[in-house]
Parts: sequence; C-alpha cells; structure tokens
Amino acid sequence: MTAPRLHADGVTLGYDQRVVSRGLSADIPDGSFTVIVGPNACGKSTLLRSFSRLLKPSAGAVVLDGKAIDRYKPKEVARAIGLLPQTSVAPEGITVADLVSRGRYPHQNLIRQWSAADEHALWAAMAATNVESLATRQLDELSGGQRQRVWVAMALAQETPILLLDEPTTYLDIAHQIDLLDLFAHLHREGNTIVAVLHDLNHAARYASHLIVMKDGEVITTGAPAEVVTAELVEDVFGLSCLVIDDPVSKTPLVIPKSGQWKD
Amino acid sequence: MSARTSEVATDATAPPTAVDLAKARRRASSVRLPLVGAVVPRRQLLVVGALGLAIVVLALVALGTGDYPLSVVEVVRAMFAGDGGFDTTIVLEWRLPRVLVALVFGAGLALSGAIFQSLTRNPLGSPDIIGFATGSYTGALVVITLVGDSYFSTAGGAIAGGLLSAGAVYLLAYRRGIQGFRLIIVGIAVTAILHSFNTWLLLRAQVEVAMAASIWGAGSISLVGWGQAVPAFVVLAVLAILVVALSGALRQLELGDDAAKAHGMRVEPARLALLVVGVALIAVVTASAGPIAFVALAAPQIAVRISKSAGLPLVASALTGALLLLAADFVAQHLLPSAVPVGMVTVVIGGLYLIGLLIGQARKKP
Repeated sequence: MTAPRLHADGVTLGYDQRVVSRGLSADIPDGSFTVIVGPNACGKSTLLRSFSRLLKPSAGAVVLDGKAIDRYKPKEVARAIGLLPQTSVAPEGITVADLVSRGRYPHQNLIRQWSAADEHALWAAMAATNVESLATRQLDELSGGQRQRVWVAMALAQETPILLLDEPTTYLDIAHQIDLLDLFAHLHREGNTIVAVLHDLNHAARYASHLIVMKDGEVITTGAPAEVVTAELVEDVFGLSCLVIDDPVSKTPLVIPKSGQWKD
Repeated sequence: MSARTSEVATDATAPPTAVDLAKARRRASSVRLPLVGAVVPRRQLLVVGALGLAIVVLALVALGTGDYPLSVVEVVRAMFAGDGGFDTTIVLEWRLPRVLVALVFGAGLALSGAIFQSLTRNPLGSPDIIGFATGSYTGALVVITLVGDSYFSTAGGAIAGGLLSAGAVYLLAYRRGIQGFRLIIVGIAVTAILHSFNTWLLLRAQVEVAMAASIWGAGSISLVGWGQAVPAFVVLAVLAILVVALSGALRQLELGDDAAKAHGMRVEPARLALLVVGVALIAVVTASAGPIAFVALAAPQIAVRISKSAGLPLVASALTGALLLLAADFVAQHLLPSAVPVGMVTVVIGGLYLIGLLIGQARKKP
C-alpha cells in the first residue's frame, strides 16, 4: 500500500513545555472523509493544527506528497491544504464576497492581485456553500449558520484538494449542524479529502468514511465507523457506558448512553 | 435546507464565463481597478476622490493666506506662471514647503496609525499612545542635551529613540507572538516610564537646552524648510511603497493568525515587517517635526467611518491624515490670536477625541 498524500509521521506536538502527543502517527486516506474524535483535550485539534502547518511538531514530521510540509513554501501548502479554523475574526463591516475573496491569497502575488480565475473561484465557492445571494451582505448581519457557511466558502475559495475543519459545527443548532455536514459530504463526494474534528460521535459515525479515535494524545484505533464504534470502545475512550445500535436511518452505529439520572 | 445538494457545482478550474463577469459587475456596486484588477467598492473610490478634492482646495486657500493675502486665482497663477515675481516667491518658496510638509507628514502619521491599529485590532493601539512618539522625544532630548540642537542630530536621536522604545515594547510584549492588547498595555507602561525620564532630563538641562527641547517637543512644522523636507519626503515615499507591498498581508492578519497562516502567510515575519514600517513612518515624521499627536490616532478611524470599508482603509487614511494636519496647521497659523505649534492644536483636538473614544469603548463592553 502506498502512503497517502497527507500523514503524520511520529510527530511530537505541544505548546511550550506541555507535550500533548508524543510519537504520534496518523494517515489521512486519500479521498476520505476522515473524522477525528475523542474526549475533550485528547489532542485532536492539536493534531489537526499540525496537519495545517499551524503547529510545528518538535519531532517527527507531517508529510505531504512525500515531503515534510515545513519544507514547502507556505503558499504551496496553502494551495494543497485548506483550513476552517476553530475561531476566526472578521473586520467589522466586511461583505461576504470580500471575506471569501481573501481565501484566494495563496494564489496571488504582488503583481497578480486579482485575476479572472480568482473571480471564478470566488463565485464557485459561494455557489457551493449556497451563499451566492448573500454576496453583497455584511457578515455581521447574518445568522450563525450562514456565517459559518461563509467561512467554509473562504476555505473553499483556496481550491485545495484537502480541506481541514476544526470543530465546524460547534455553536450551531442541530438543523444547521446537519446542513453543514451535508455540505461536507457533498464536497467529499466531489473528490475532496475532508478531515474534520467533531464532538458528536453519532455525527461522526454517520458522515465519516474513516475515523481516527484519540485519547490522551494517542491514536487508539482507526477505521470505518461500522468497524470501530463499539460499546467497548466508547467505554474505554470516553468512560461512558452505552449501547451501540444501528441508526435506523443511516444504518451507521448509533451511541446511546446507558448511565445518567435524567429522572428521579 | 436540502436544496443545496441538488445544485450542480461549477468546475472551478474552467475559465471565467460571461456569467461570472456579469456577476462581478453586480458585486456591491464595485469598480475593478485597471492593471492590478482589484475590486473596490464605489463608495471607497468616491471618498478618496472627495478627500483629494478637499485637500487641493484647502491647500490653495492655505497658500493664499497670510500677512500677504492672495486669492485662489492669484495662487494658481503664481504657481504656474513661473515669472519669478513676488507672488511666486511667496507661494513657492515661503508657503508651499509648509503645506507640502503638512500633507506628507499627515499622511505618514495616518498610515502609521492605520498599521498599528489594524495589527492591535484596537483604535487605541496607535503609535502615539503606545510609546513610540514619547521614545522619539526621549531620543531627541538626549541628543539635544549631549550634542546640542542641530536639525540632523536631533532627527537622528528621535529616530533612534523611537526605534529603541518600539523594540523594547515589542520584546516586552512578545510571548509566543505578538498580541494586540498586551502590546497596548506594555506600550502605555513604557510611555509612562519615558515621560518621567523626559521630565527628569528637562529639569536637569540648562535653560537654553530645555527651551530648544520644549519647542521641538511641542511639535511644529513651521521650522521645516526644503532642505529638511526633501530627505524626509524621500524616506516616506520608500516607506509608502513598502506599505503597499505589505497591504495584502495586513488584510490577511485581520482574519486572525490561524486563517492567515492557513492561507500560506508567514505571520510573524510579516507582522514584524509591518511594525518596523509603522515605526519608521512615525519616527521620520517625529524626527523632522517633533511629536504631533492625534493624527495617527484619529485619521484611520475617521477614514473607516466615512468610507464604510472593512478594515482600516490605507489610502483613505493617508488622505484623511494629510487633510487633518493641513487643517490643524491652518488653525494653528491663522485662526488663533497668536500662532502656535501645530502639535498644540492636534493635542487639544486629540484629547477630546480620545475621551470620546474611551467613552465609546466603555459603552460597548457591558
């Protein structure tokens, strides 16, 4: 089996003195919808940040197409890997089109500031996320769900084959969460490799083609959700006793907590 | 909500179609600039045009005002006739340097302010608030005390003082990168220290030295002639070109470090370059004219309000700064009972503006 385009090879990750993961290896299968799951503070966002060059491993390397990503020019990496960060800020009063257009930065330079190809990518990204009709609206006026779609559009405007999403559905209501996950599934079907950090195990099981399960900075197991998500695994990783049944709609594993005192 | 999945996604690699171009034309009533192809909202272009016009009008009025008043027509004739008459001497040799200095220095201060406020994401994160102007004053004071008061040594001292205090603020505020709020707090602390140091220097200095230093410290452009203006103009022009080159990076940093990095930006080097250019802009102006408060603080905020742009607009800020300093100098020269240094006028207006800004910020936070 040949190595996938993007993988972490024995990386040690951390902030200042605090080590989150040591000697961690993880593959992102080409063309997969990979979801990284695990309890809070297990290092899943840290791993995702290292994939997007935001965090430099103190040992090991994140490898893209056979070469460590910090040996590429930053803009070269940004033309291959896009990221939806956990938190972004936008200048007050920015319009949707202006914000999305800033995703074109890796394709621009001093001389070539804005080309017809940029304009085309801008509109394609807004069409894919269904925010075209909002192009001239200000970001501040939009709902949380619409705003998140605009941020996704900015990442799409980068036109990268690999898209990383750091907790993209946090803070959204359930309808907007599903709506956004449908969008990612659609992008996945079109041939993009998607890597997401998700909190909701059931969403992960439903949408992922490949799961990376983490705990305490280590990868516990990987594989298709149907093979990986079992009551034993959830008990082991999350410390939660539960039933795992077939989701009546999607036929993927559905986690039902057993413990809990919801009524007296 | 499921309508989207049925949409046919367009092939992003295909060349643009007529439909794309039609959409582009519709976009926010924007105008596509020739050569660079950047798309700019029409309102911002109008604001730039209006500011430019206001500058021309005020400059013509300023050139005609003084002990020997000239009408606008006479000013224009004096500028272009080139007959070497008395009017020409007055306009070109006496008054034009001061008007140009006000315009160019105002623009430089405003650009410096726009860069810093943008980097710190705070309208208070202006170089005159966070220590660089005071540092320049310290540098100038030290040089005047030790070497004596000559234009170029004072200017050199001011630049060195500004850069040193900027470096000190940067290093003291650095902790895994630079964060806006910490930069402001450290800057205010450094300003306070330098202020007391400046007072101590003035108290110890001989009376003549203290007088010379105080005049410089009031911030005045009346003493700047062609000989001093031209070198400053050349340096400011180079810095302005650098600002243009770094403006794309500035727009990326507005999105937060994570997004900027994800877009392939080298965040810390770009931020350092912007800080250096911002400090150099204010240091060059301060070196020539002394500390002129308020312009760097207010011009970008006024510009963003009238052009309703996202982020601080660089061109409109520079023009607003130019207009502000020219207007302030006009007030200082002609509208007050006796002429005062322009720095006094800007300090008074700036104080009021700062109070308004602080009240506004306090109201925003519950």
